[in-house]
Amino acid sequence: MQLYQLTAHEMHDLLINKELSAEELNNKIFDRIEAVDDKIGAYITITKKSALERARVVDRQIQAGEKIAPLAGIPVALKDNICTKGVRTTAGSKILSNFIPPYSATVVEKLEAAGATVIGKTNMDEFAMGSSTENSAFFATKNPWDTQRVSGGSSGGAAAAVCAGAAVCALGSDSGGSIRQPASFCGVVGLKPTYGAVSRYGLISSASSLDQIGPFARDVTDCALLLGAISGHDPNDSTSASYKTPDFTASLINNVRGLKIGVPEEYMAEGLEPEVRAAVEKAMSLFESLGADVEYTTLPHTEYVLATHHIIGSAEASSNLARYDGVRYGFRAFEAGDVIDMFMKTRGQGFGPEVKRRIMLGTYALSAGYYDVYYLKAMKVRTLIKQDFERAFEKYDLLLSPTSPTPAFRFGKKIDDPLQMYLSDIFTSSSNLAGIPSISLSCGFVGRLPVGLQLIGKYFDEGTILRAAYTFEQNTDYHKEFPEV
Amino acid sequence: MITEKDVDHVALLARLEITSKEREMYTNQLNDILEYFQSLQRLDTENVQPTAYVLPLKNVYREDQVGDHLPLEEALANCPDREENYFKVPKIV
Repeated sequence: MQLYQLTAHEMHDLLINKELSAEELNNKIFDRIEAVDDKIGAYITITKKSALERARVVDRQIQAGEKIAPLAGIPVALKDNICTKGVRTTAGSKILSNFIPPYSATVVEKLEAAGATVIGKTNMDEFAMGSSTENSAFFATKNPWDTQRVSGGSSGGAAAAVCAGAAVCALGSDSGGSIRQPASFCGVVGLKPTYGAVSRYGLISSASSLDQIGPFARDVTDCALLLGAISGHDPNDSTSASYKTPDFTASLINNVRGLKIGVPEEYMAEGLEPEVRAAVEKAMSLFESLGADVEYTTLPHTEYVLATHHIIGSAEASSNLARYDGVRYGFRAFEAGDVIDMFMKTRGQGFGPEVKRRIMLGTYALSAGYYDVYYLKAMKVRTLIKQDFERAFEKYDLLLSPTSPTPAFRFGKKIDDPLQMYLSDIFTSSSNLAGIPSISLSCGFVGRLPVGLQLIGKYFDEGTILRAAYTFEQNTDYHKEFPEV
Repeated sequence: MITEKDVDHVALLARLEITSKEREMYTNQLNDILEYFQSLQRLDTENVQPTAYVLPLKNVYREDQVGDHLPLEEALANCPDREENYFKVPKIV
């Protein structure tokens, strides 16, 4: 067992028992990054100097006999759409390739207040649009389990870093599955919190009614610790909810007796790879054997989820991305004539193909004559999709499904066919439309490729998700597997 | 059906310069995607209220008090072109 394979809570024990200093720990992770990141490509920027400075502060606290927080000294990576003061933040885009934020996102301030060390910024699909990191303006992140395959996306760099031991945990963002799908492909834990549970202040916006920041971790306990550190109301985010953050570690109970779990039959239908189905069915049996009630249920509007999600996501993104005009920050095309020409050339050269496609689609869906047909219609269908979940949660505590219909796919397989790429989010994007929390954790392997299990919960009931996920983990060994990089 | 002319119009609305190759590609792809979106028209949503945001939040105000603001130099630090304390852009009129 190598040090970089440990979880944050195991590292915490080493730190407080003075078996290891925070500086040594961080150096070990930087060594690991140096050893593997040429092969994986998880990071866009490494912040070694500031991380080691923070680690030394934690070491002084330990030496002084102070009690340190669970994440103190723990190396955490951040998806590169989460703003870090003074540290380049690109959102995976050429248009922001030289952007240095003048402030940090609220989640970064919270993590740093908890003593965590930010070790770097991870690769992603440009503006979080994509499911493979192939849309990054810089490079694609390879899957540590098989470098011929994608790490998933859009938070693929964060998932791959945690998977390969090149970070202990990480924060990503999820607007349609961008935390859960890469977590599934890389065999780590990834959680999308309830909309509004975690501040989005300082997150570079893609689709504002769908975006949510959440944790990646090597096990459910670390996931609960991170979630606890970042959630809570923030006056700087007017969409953040006023609620008191519960103690998520209190939900880490190895017991699902009496829990009612529904399995949407639409999520187990055609298009699902047989080995993925088998792994999920095995998980259903395990929950049953542990005393949960598991039965099939229905979410009747499932077939409309992708279209609805894509219309709303593109419309919101086209509006959000209007700010990149080459005036106040980011890339500018200087060879332009008048100011409109400057906008058009800046954006034409600064954005990649998928971002342009979504801006065009969103602009079209919001334009005169089409608003009612596409955007308003999608918002109404969103209501029906949300009601499906509300109905299901009258009967069940949790819903269970595969995270993605397949394990990690090969590079190039879907990049030329946008609709095929969108299909890899088919089971995840409904949670963003409804605003409810969901987790992905490993529930098996197809060959050496991890399969993700998704657990979907009620609004602000991350606790029940964590309890079921923790119980699953305590009764299986999938999370202990480690890739050879 | 979206034509190449429609794509040019949308690109202008979105302030995106596109090449002739992109025009052709986006025309094909947007038609495929919009055809896929047509599935929603099968649903009767006559009496359904739209959902813009999932949380029941309305009119979130802050106290009307002066807070911290970005210092001028920091606000201008990322701009591609400036003159004195202004963002500089090509001539507009």
